[in-house]
Amino acid sequence: MTTLNIVVCVKQVPDTAVERTLTPEGTLDRESPDGLINELDEYAIEEGLKIAEAHGGEVTILSMGPAKAADSVRKALSMGADKAVHVLDDGLAGSDALATSAALAAALTRVGFDLVILGSESTDARTGVVPAMLAERLGVPQLTLAATVEVSGAGVTIHRLTEDGYAVVTGSLPAVVSVVEKINEPRYPTFKGIMAAKKKPVRTLTLADLAVDTGAVGLAGAATGIADWAARPPRTAGVVVKDEGDGGSQVAGFLAERKFI
Amino acid sequence: MAEVLVLAEHTADGEVKKVTLELLAAARRLGTPSAVWTGPGSEAGVARLAEHGAEKVYVADSPDFAAYVAAPAAELLASLVASLSPAAVLIAGTTEGKEIAGRLAVKTGSGVLTDAVDVVAGADGAPVAAQPNFGGSITVHSTVRAGTPIIALRPNAVAPEPVAGAAVLEPVAFAASPAAKATTIVERFAAERGERPDLTEAQIVVSGGRGTGSADGFKVIERLADSLGAAVGASRAVVDAGWYPHQFQVGQTGKTVSPQLYLAVGISGAIQHRAGMQTSKTIVAINKDPEAPIFEVADYGVVGDLFAVVPQLLDEIGKRKG
Ligand SMILES: Cc1cc2nc3c(=O)[nH]c(=O)nc-3n(C[C@H](O)[C@H](O)[C@H](O)COP(=O)(O)OP(=O)(O)OC[C@H]3O[C@@H](n4cnc5c(N)ncnc54)[C@H](O)[C@@H]3O)c2cc1C
Ligand SMILES: Nc1ncnc2c1ncn2[C@@H]1O[C@H](COP(=O)(O)O)[C@@H](O)[C@H]1O
Repeated sequence: MTTLNIVVCVKQVPDTAVERTLTPEGTLDRESPDGLINELDEYAIEEGLKIAEAHGGEVTILSMGPAKAADSVRKALSMGADKAVHVLDDGLAGSDALATSAALAAALTRVGFDLVILGSESTDARTGVVPAMLAERLGVPQLTLAATVEVSGAGVTIHRLTEDGYAVVTGSLPAVVSVVEKINEPRYPTFKGIMAAKKKPVRTLTLADLAVDTGAVGLAGAATGIADWAARPPRTAGVVVKDEGDGGSQVAGFLAERKFI
Repeated sequence: MAEVLVLAEHTADGEVKKVTLELLAAARRLGTPSAVWTGPGSEAGVARLAEHGAEKVYVADSPDFAAYVAAPAAELLASLVASLSPAAVLIAGTTEGKEIAGRLAVKTGSGVLTDAVDVVAGADGAPVAAQPNFGGSITVHSTVRAGTPIIALRPNAVAPEPVAGAAVLEPVAFAASPAAKATTIVERFAAERGERPDLTEAQIVVSGGRGTGSADGFKVIERLADSLGAAVGASRAVVDAGWYPHQFQVGQTGKTVSPQLYLAVGISGAIQHRAGMQTSKTIVAINKDPEAPIFEVADYGVVGDLFAVVPQLLDEIGKRKG
């Protein structure tokens, strides 16, 4: 059996359930809220583990982020991944998608891969462009927005979700895959998994290790900048009525008043 | 005035998507708009582009755009950026549009702004894009500091503006490089949406959630949508249960919609759902649970059973239509 070298990209993001904010410089305040694994990346981890189980292989977690991101790395390992690479460097703070993809691509080239699996979008940046950027940088097939993934022989075939349905899309290995939440049901770490994760190897790589130019990443190297930001005025508390047998008429009245009917 | 490139979205037979007209309107604020047409159909589409101010239409009539994912369009745009030095490139903020934008950014070493809901020329004439963040609770104004600004604009965010343009056809010879042919599209499956408007373009969206109870129960959502000339949306719970196809899912991992009116029926309003509809102008919610978080963002809410409220609403709409 061939052994697939599967790398899953995992990003630590602030908990979406708590209030998130930006620093005065307009970068995400990653220190204040609790960090969690970006939800969609859990589906990426699950898919990586499944493919490794079915085809033979090893799953490496790749995460770029501050020291705190080690929590997410550890959780990914406790789900069953074999080892991890943490790209950790103060120079990376404030990186935009272009810079993030440059650092991740450098790390992937360094560790090697047959299959890179990502979430299709992060809840904080929500750019959804890192997977396509990685495929472009690495010069490998872009099998993104996958609702199903099938690895066979030297190729990967996915059902790619499109604006109006789906497409069957195929490419050869090595490849970049991104997944949507329809693909699987992520497993929970078991007690055994949590214990085992403590002993799994986590390698830290700096920008110097990756030979990435510090001028090309971080806030200084960001190709995009924030001029200013403002909290949107909170939606004014609307009217809530209880249906006393006339709920439908009430809604109709409101819609008529607003000229929708 | 510098040229601004707009990647046209269109069907194979040349019908121009509304978002393309929105991109042309936004492009006019930044310079002189030129459309970029990929694949066949330009003969049929050019008139529409002319009505919305396109001065030039670069036509690359190659089958590669339909045969391979994202990379050929990025390659074409990169070569046009190199030869024309445009002031900006505007692309529809659809899933594939964002991927094209991302690849183009890598190819040209440019900054890319996705999920823009507005774009204007800043003091120096360079684009400033407004992006909602954190599910719409913050609006960020962003600029591009390197390369050619690449902006992916959300559908339905900027109004199209009819204005005459010359729409001079400029054929471009294009064949994708082997590298851009790495990801092959084998087959496409599209779901019928019938006569209803496109979900992201619709003025009114009626969405149903798990509260509809079944695929059969969900039909009341379709009836309500049709009575209002609206598009149908669904929560993830509905899609996961197989009651409605995924391309109608609204939310973080579904479509982002920003209609004039959003009706959430039997939807609890989880944060992932709100991320896709929070910027709607007016929100109406029908839910039997007074504690449902959807009421926190609703302009008007009814606490009640949707199977009682919606039929009555349908009656009322019928009566008012006369
Ligand atoms: C990574 C990830 C991505 C996600 N992406 C999305 C997304 O894109 N879109 C999305 O929608 N969700 C998404 N979710 C799921 C989200 O968290 C919720 O689970 C989902 O939105 C719930 O759907 P619902 O409101 O229909 O169901 P429920 O939360 O079960 O709510 C059903 C509601 O119907 C009401 N109800 C029941 N019966 C009636 C009745 N007879 N009359 C009136 N009201 C009734 C109930 O009071 C309840 O409030 C995502 C989750 C994850 C983890
Ligand atoms: N800093 C990071 N470290 C590891 N993976 C990342 C990072 N940023 C983005 N990704 C991956 O890229 C996906 C898409 O993110 P984005 O393009 O930022 O929305 C995420 O789901 C992750 O899998």
